[in-house]
Amino acid sequence: MNEAIKLEYTISDDDFTRAGEASGDLKDKLKKMGVDPAVIRKVVIAMYEGEINMVIHANGGKITVTITTDEIIMELADKGPGIPDVKLAMQEGFSTAPDNIRSLGFGAGMGLPNMKKYSDEMTVETQQGVGTTVTMKVKL
Amino acid sequence: MTIADIAEKLNFKIINEGEMKTREAKKVFCCDLLSLAMSKLPADAAWVTVMGNTNTLAVASLADAACIITAENVCPDENTVNKAKEQNITVLKSEFPVFETALMIDKLINA
Repeated sequence: MNEAIKLEYTISDDDFTRAGEASGDLKDKLKKMGVDPAVIRKVVIAMYEGEINMVIHANGGKITVTITTDEIIMELADKGPGIPDVKLAMQEGFSTAPDNIRSLGFGAGMGLPNMKKYSDEMTVETQQGVGTTVTMKVKL
Repeated sequence: MTIADIAEKLNFKIINEGEMKTREAKKVFCCDLLSLAMSKLPADAAWVTVMGNTNTLAVASLADAACIITAENVCPDENTVNKAKEQNITVLKSEFPVFETALMIDKLINA
């Protein structure tokens, strides 16, 4: 692979049942590229958690995935309410998810911690009332 | 052991066949918290859970689970069943609780 490959996904704001489609598509593409299954698993876990977060908290958004010879970069950008306290949000078990989301098996405060755990590098840029951009890198 | 063999021997109800006749379940895994399942569910596992929604399908597909087995007679809704058909994901149903269901499968796989 000589040139970087760029993929873009729009995450819908109102359909929780569709969350995971972008991650599924990325998984299929990485499989076809022959990427190591262990790397694909890390990417998919990190991206799926991000997708779920965007639907639950931020009315959707846009995910841009860049695949280079060295790494896979996932940029998840939303125009949601922002995260007031990133340090607190990163704590496993801390959650602001509503009850209807919890009843579906999410909202246990594992989203952001899982994203950090399964990416090799993660940054969170957030501004209240403006939105949040999470960038995750997984090395190939 | 194929999922079809497991379903027959343990009398699980077939909600959606998927690849059950050819795909093998190599281990069994139980979890109802989808975020935890997403990170821990092993590939080729029979996943026993009481969560029968479309997100369960997404997690099973992303983690390469062999199949989903809903315990306690939980029946996925129509939308979930239709999605399972579209995505060719095997979904079975057990009348027993999660632990008992998983134990039965484990004993069968490792017999």
